[in-house]
Amino acid sequence: MLCDVCKQNVATVHLTQIVSQETKKIDLCEACSKEKGVDDPTGFSIADLLLGLGASQELEKSAGGKGLTCPHCSFTQADFKKAGRLGCSECYQLFNDGLETLLKTMHKGTRHVGKVPQIYQQTQDLGEKLKHLQKKLEKAIADEKFEIAASLRDEVRHLRAQLKSTVA
Amino acid sequence: MSIDEFLSSPTRSSQRSGPHDRIVLSSRVRLARNLKKLPFPGFAKKQQRVSALQTILPAVESLPVMAEAFSATMDSLTNLNKQILVERHLISREHAAKSTGSGFVLNKEESLCVMINEEDHLRMQSLQPGLQIREAWQAVDQMDTALEKKLDYAYSPELGYLTACPTNLGTGIRVSAMLHLPALVLGEQINQIVQAVNKLGLAVRGLYGEGTEALGNVFQVSNQMTLGEVETDIVERLNKVLAQLIEHEENARASLLEKKSKTVFNHIGRAYGILANAHSISSKESMNLLSLMRLGFDLGLFLGVERCLVDELFITTQPAHLQKKYSEKLTAEERDLLRADMMRDGLSGVSRPNTEKLDKNSPPLDKPTES
Repeated sequence: MLCDVCKQNVATVHLTQIVSQETKKIDLCEACSKEKGVDDPTGFSIADLLLGLGASQELEKSAGGKGLTCPHCSFTQADFKKAGRLGCSECYQLFNDGLETLLKTMHKGTRHVGKVPQIYQQTQDLGEKLKHLQKKLEKAIADEKFEIAASLRDEVRHLRAQLKSTVA
Repeated sequence: MSIDEFLSSPTRSSQRSGPHDRIVLSSRVRLARNLKKLPFPGFAKKQQRVSALQTILPAVESLPVMAEAFSATMDSLTNLNKQILVERHLISREHAAKSTGSGFVLNKEESLCVMINEEDHLRMQSLQPGLQIREAWQAVDQMDTALEKKLDYAYSPELGYLTACPTNLGTGIRVSAMLHLPALVLGEQINQIVQAVNKLGLAVRGLYGEGTEALGNVFQVSNQMTLGEVETDIVERLNKVLAQLIEHEENARASLLEKKSKTVFNHIGRAYGILANAHSISSKESMNLLSLMRLGFDLGLFLGVERCLVDELFITTQPAHLQKKYSEKLTAEERDLLRADMMRDGLSGVSRPNTEKLDKNSPPLDKPTES
């Protein structure tokens, strides 16, 4: 068995860590285990290590074997393999599929549920209002209350325009 | 104003106090944010980093909380001053290595600081003495809300705040506390505790964060997951774990005193003996021995002196702080000599640990006669 990090030496250090009921395994050679501080249980977390390893393979899979390049910052998969960091905020769109699995192992969920910047909060609110209005509109049409429907339609139009202007 | 004049003296800095500061040295909440479109600092060209800095620095400086702040670009700070900031836990070691295109802003109270172009465009943090992670979260949350009006953050409704490293994605939050756990180390329970804390999805690291040793029995506990959880839940989860760690350390202290008082007194007495009498001492050894002395203060073995004396020596005897006091460049050996001088001087007013009061319960020396 070869070392997961250098892929050259024989792995002699085998680690298993259970974080939140998920088992993560890693095999290292002696030199790499020392370098990564594995012999010091206080300073070591397998998550830090995994990031440099599984991550790039995942991205490769999602690219179907072809190397992806970010059209915005020209960051490539090879760069990710080297640094374990992405190039710019646009890279997240490009590498989205490959990241999903990675994020699953790393985080509690794969969708953000925390703080929302105010400007997005507004669009989120508008979006919900729009949905609500559209339902009302459908109901008005179904009930053949066309006068109400007409005014609702105008409101929906107005909201759509507003939503467009905040996003842009 | 230079950073030397701006920073509070080690004396004043070690006098700061907060809840549970016997064990929790400090609390910190850090948020990672980035600007839209511009490449992350690690991948950006120098010119792009400079342009990001030119956008962010004035925005941060214009915040009311930063009214009397210290603000500088990293290329304007000497290596020694950067090292001082690391030893004060105000910037990361990674940030100290940065130069052109990176910046640093610190408020007057030294409770809010912003690193610009570290791993992310913005790393803002709130620092509080003792166990105050809720307060720290509120302070940094407010600063972030004020900043989002001035800067165009990279954010996606699905993934949250976009960060250079996927480990920080979502909330970009890192909640951490620095703990002094000498009794858990002496009682050899620390590995078990570290493993238990790891199982809860929290990381335990050394004194200076990622990849550092737990010098002076100081450990940093922090969250690892940042996506799929609300900030306040992360804060509360850590709060719960910290409360338990405090309890474990207090229990470990009590049980050591009860069962192994001689061992504890021996460790503390030897630490005092060396620190008060040595003529050459490394920074690592002094940190570990000062930790034992701090434990001695907590146990009431050093009467008539304040614990902040030890905390102050902990700061002033670190390499950069020590070098700062002397104009010529010191070698490591020279620093060891000067450090020992400072220790002897600093502890000259501290008497030997007084164990009599606590020793009463120790078992009588004469063995029971065998029959």
